[in-house]
Amino acid sequence: MKLLIIVPAYNEEESLPGVIRNLGENFPLSDVLVVNDGSRDATAQTARGMGVKVLDLPFNLGIGGAMQAGYLHAKQNGYEIAVQFDGDGQHVAGEIQKLIRPLAAGTADIVIGSRFLVPGEYRASFYRMTGIRIFSFILSRIIGTAVTDSTSGFRAANRRVIEFFARTYPDDYPEAESLVLLHKVKLRMTEVAVTMLERTGGRSSITPVRSLYYMTKVLMAIFIDLMKKVR
Amino acid sequence: MDILNILAIIGSGSIFLGVIELVRRGKLKEKYSILWLLASLVLFIFSTSRDILVYASALVGIHYPPSFLFLLAFVFLLLITLHFSIVISGLSEKSKKLAQEIALLRQEMRDVLERGMEKRETKG
Repeated sequence: MKLLIIVPAYNEEESLPGVIRNLGENFPLSDVLVVNDGSRDATAQTARGMGVKVLDLPFNLGIGGAMQAGYLHAKQNGYEIAVQFDGDGQHVAGEIQKLIRPLAAGTADIVIGSRFLVPGEYRASFYRMTGIRIFSFILSRIIGTAVTDSTSGFRAANRRVIEFFARTYPDDYPEAESLVLLHKVKLRMTEVAVTMLERTGGRSSITPVRSLYYMTKVLMAIFIDLMKKVR
Repeated sequence: MDILNILAIIGSGSIFLGVIELVRRGKLKEKYSILWLLASLVLFIFSTSRDILVYASALVGIHYPPSFLFLLAFVFLLLITLHFSIVISGLSEKSKKLAQEIALLRQEMRDVLERGMEKRETKG
């Protein structure tokens, strides 16, 4: 099956070489696509120098617009599976196979790599964990499938989801919102346990102070998504 | 007719004419001018005679006619800003699509060029 690995990257020149090397040990680099979301550093040049495909956005679109560009590429080039893989080094390329298995078996349309399926594996601050728990609870109730890690950016999608995302992809909080949209168009989702590493470089955009504010905003976005017309 | 009337007529009239002039010069698109024209026209009608304003405010149950005028102005501004938000949303969606399209085209172009180079190398 034709598989594309989409790596969204915003100012990730430090961690990108490690990520690409890790991917290259498991997959042909010609099927790795780095989406450079208007970085101010040498993200695009770094990626190109290592022999992967690069989508160079002319300005910063945010994670939603950048990921959708990747899905558009997957759609136009006839890929049957697209894997989202973060450019900051927290995902493990060796685990991609685990994500693909349910797709190949036809039991799910999108597979999410979850940090929380194995309890105690992943440590985060108390506030962040509480936020994630409350949030996962609400989201699971809404979409009727257990979601433990709704913010995970490690996921694999089949052709139907690729085509849907190429058409409709949320801008603001795409990880959580996309699950609601997929649920609305009756595409099936499942989770697979994965390990996530500490970031190898750069800085996460999520600070503890922003957690609560962030959660409220995502919840609002989700309720709006529920009311949206989706085709 | 007192000075206030005359000032109001001049004020609303010049907004109306000003908007038309902007459209005529191509500085303002027709579809963005309609709300402005409507607003200034309504204000113009009310400024020509106090009786109309008093009558209209009594009709909707407002005892102090100037309040009715403020209410109208407020509602119009609200509509105009809402209109702007809708327009901006459309524009940002379009600019996102354009950015994605540019990135995809750049990648395709590079791909085609590289393949061309490889061919030449294998021939030579």
